[in-house]
Amino acid sequence: MDQLLQFLISGLTVGSIYALVALGFSIIYNASDVVNFAQGEFVMIGAMSAIFLMKAGLSYPFAALLAIAITAGVGLALEKFAIEPAKNATVVSTIIITIGASIFLRGAALLIWGKEIYGLPPFTSNNPIKIGNATILPQNLWVMMGTAVTVLAVKYFFDRTRMGKAILACSYNKKAAYLVGIDVKKMLLVAYGLSAALGSAAGLLVTPITFMSYGAGVMLGLKGFCAAILGGMGNSMGAVLGGILLGIVETVGAGFISSGYKDAIAFFVILLVLFVKPSGILGKGETERV
Amino acid sequence: MSLLKVKNLEKQFGGLKAISDLSFSVPENIIFSIIGPNGAGKTTLFNLLTNIYKPSAGSIFFKDKEITGLPPFKIARLGISRTFQNLQVFLNMSAIENVMVGCHLRSRTGLLASALRLPSVIQEEKEVRRMAEEALHFCGLSEYKDRPAAGLPYGLLKKLEVARSLASKPKLLLMDEPAAGLNDTETQELCQLIKRICESGITVLLVEHNMSLVMEISQRVLVLNYGRLLAEGPPEQIQKNPDVIAAYLGE
Amino acid sequence: MKRLAGFAIFAAVCLLLPVIFPDNYYVTVVGLTIFLNITLAVSLNLLMGYAGQISLGHAAFFGLGAYSSAILTIKYGLNPWLAMILGAVLVICLSYVLSRPILRLKGHYLAMATLGLGIIVHIFFVQADELTGGPDGITGLPTLSLFGVAIDSDIKWYFVLCSYMLLSVLFSLNIADSRAGRALSAVHGSEIAAQMMGIDTAKVKSHIFVFSALMAALAGSLFAHQQDFVSPESFSFFFSIELVTMVVLGGLGSTFGAVLGAFILSILPEVLIVFEDFEVLVFGLILMVIMIFLPEGLFVSLKNRAAMMLSKRGIGS
Ligand SMILES: Nc1ncnc2c1ncn2[C@@H]1O[C@H](COP(=O)(O)OP(=O)(O)OP(=O)(O)O)[C@@H](O)[C@H]1O
Ligand SMILES: [Mg+2]
Repeated sequence: MDQLLQFLISGLTVGSIYALVALGFSIIYNASDVVNFAQGEFVMIGAMSAIFLMKAGLSYPFAALLAIAITAGVGLALEKFAIEPAKNATVVSTIIITIGASIFLRGAALLIWGKEIYGLPPFTSNNPIKIGNATILPQNLWVMMGTAVTVLAVKYFFDRTRMGKAILACSYNKKAAYLVGIDVKKMLLVAYGLSAALGSAAGLLVTPITFMSYGAGVMLGLKGFCAAILGGMGNSMGAVLGGILLGIVETVGAGFISSGYKDAIAFFVILLVLFVKPSGILGKGETERV
Repeated sequence: MSLLKVKNLEKQFGGLKAISDLSFSVPENIIFSIIGPNGAGKTTLFNLLTNIYKPSAGSIFFKDKEITGLPPFKIARLGISRTFQNLQVFLNMSAIENVMVGCHLRSRTGLLASALRLPSVIQEEKEVRRMAEEALHFCGLSEYKDRPAAGLPYGLLKKLEVARSLASKPKLLLMDEPAAGLNDTETQELCQLIKRICESGITVLLVEHNMSLVMEISQRVLVLNYGRLLAEGPPEQIQKNPDVIAAYLGE
Repeated sequence: MKRLAGFAIFAAVCLLLPVIFPDNYYVTVVGLTIFLNITLAVSLNLLMGYAGQISLGHAAFFGLGAYSSAILTIKYGLNPWLAMILGAVLVICLSYVLSRPILRLKGHYLAMATLGLGIIVHIFFVQADELTGGPDGITGLPTLSLFGVAIDSDIKWYFVLCSYMLLSVLFSLNIADSRAGRALSAVHGSEIAAQMMGIDTAKVKSHIFVFSALMAALAGSLFAHQQDFVSPESFSFFFSIELVTMVVLGGLGSTFGAVLGAFILSILPEVLIVFEDFEVLVFGLILMVIMIFLPEGLFVSLKNRAAMMLSKRGIGS
């Protein structure tokens, strides 16, 4: 029982990270019908930037904010230079373009930061807190709280602000959005920037627990994609739910089966979901009209 | 004997009944038209007949054999083919290749034999090409046969879909708004083409908004309104039917 | 026979190269990698280019072939050819069982499923160390011999791998130009229309998936014997992506496009070796630039441009 509780705590922590990555996925997917395989690189770039800004002497909060800004800039650049020029690209093309972008960003990170593994200090003193026989680190709490606040902020943005609603309008019907005077191009940029910022936030939150290196974004990105599908592609709250579920299933599964198969468990779950209900937990199926 | 029989067919999309309690039958060797205002459910009916949509209720018989729920490719094997309102031409192929796909059912080479290119394959390939040329010729498309489909104008693509369907030698051909987007000359050509198709022994089920075309070539007309059968009969009768006139004027 | 003129020239060049340059490193060493990659790219192109079904997990089948050969010959002492056949049978069964549920999916979902499959298989290679030797892999495969001749030198491997590659290219060209190939293109063009033409699209997709997996598995077996070594690294997610890149770089749906793409990407590391750490960056850049500016791929774009120039000259004269 204690063991299960311990797994749940770590599951919820990774799950929160997946949730943020998945949320980033679904924002871009909604705005532009693109599955952004470079999403995981945002996580890596956010964390690595913060690490090196701190090394350069910046204070933690300032480095973190600047890292988020840098990553958002990378997101904007991705939209501007890779997605926008490929206007009428097919699904396969956009998949390959974003895979290319992810490899490119990883290559750039390798050149700038090298192959070493780095960490970030925990946000606050890291004395474990006991809950029965399980322990929880303050940083775990930071991850969960940070995710919760971010998700709520994003939800507020899309539900309540003009710009958020305008982005949603683009996702339903680009032409109609354009006709009612929405600057579709700008909205796409905002979506990519926002999504990159979310990724970097995930990187900042998780690095004090798991460390970071130039290649660490790949798996996180793929897991985020899994989570987005699990929740229902294009459904933002589904993505969050999917992320948390995936984190828990993966951690509990790895705990009881074998930690070496942790990643395999996540992908196995996704295959099952795809075989049984590809539209995910909260997604709706659609039919082609002829 | 009726070639196609539909009994109490129904299709629901969420809260919307696109087809409700529809029954009719289509005799052999005629041009049978289905008309109705936009959104009446004509395309949905075609999608039900070919099982691209699963019916919510009811049954469909082809040559007195029940075909409800059979996968589309099996329905095609029985001799039903169709064209599409939203064109479904294979834009990644040339015109003749499109029609050669139509000959799929009249040839048999499998993947392995194709990979090895056995002599029988070469023979069959010639045969298929000949059949495809015949269908292209029938539709007046011979001169375009080696053109990439993606480069053909809309009117020709519509004909290409007809040629592709004819190449499969169907007994029943469903045509979904073949005249939409065509100019007057093209419509006249189409009119002749449909007549010739029927004369060649193929029953035609036609969905069309062009009333003069429908009234000129159909032997029977069925009127759909809000997914329900409003009237059915010979064209002269339909034109005079007050319900039909009201439905169209009320549009 | 005009149909195969291009192929005949290509085959002649491949077979003559080692005769003309017998001791050239690029021919007899890099050449082997190129041939394997061409075979894999051509097999993936059948699925992705012809049938339009994306796969981000093709390396899995390559790896299953390789590991089957390694495990069955070393751990169970089987004859290499028998091991190869058993590996092929295993891959046929596995890919057949998986093909239906996987290929029901489209677009992003299909990408995710094939990617997941590739990653699961890769993790299995790493984790099942009693069987697979874990991250260190397995060494010491027996020498393969053909008609009593041991294939034990680079030059002999050159001809074996070259023959297999040529065979796969020939198969691919034959399929393109046949009823089966048209059925694949039809599935690519419009699945609904394909069904209305009587094509059992699920079956067609499943068959090409199995066929393509089988080609990759046999390449894997040959690879294992040629390297005398298998390890999980050769069959990672990244290699699957590299294969996709080859196909896309050359031009989806063109056999010789896949050949060209595989050739360029196999040569690239040799060329980029001077830049070392730049390799990843350049690789990603190529992928993006080609897809954005030449979405039809290098081979297809070049071919079209050449055809245009020829026809212009025709008008001028
Ligand atoms: N896949 C679907 N999902 C939900 N609703 C659908 C679907 N297909 C059709 N409908 C609805 O069913 C109704 C009938 O549509 P259908 O396309 O059959 O009309 P139609 O008679 O062919 O019209 P038109 O003359 O414009 O082609 C419409 O209200 C349409 O919105
Ligand atoms: Mg319609």
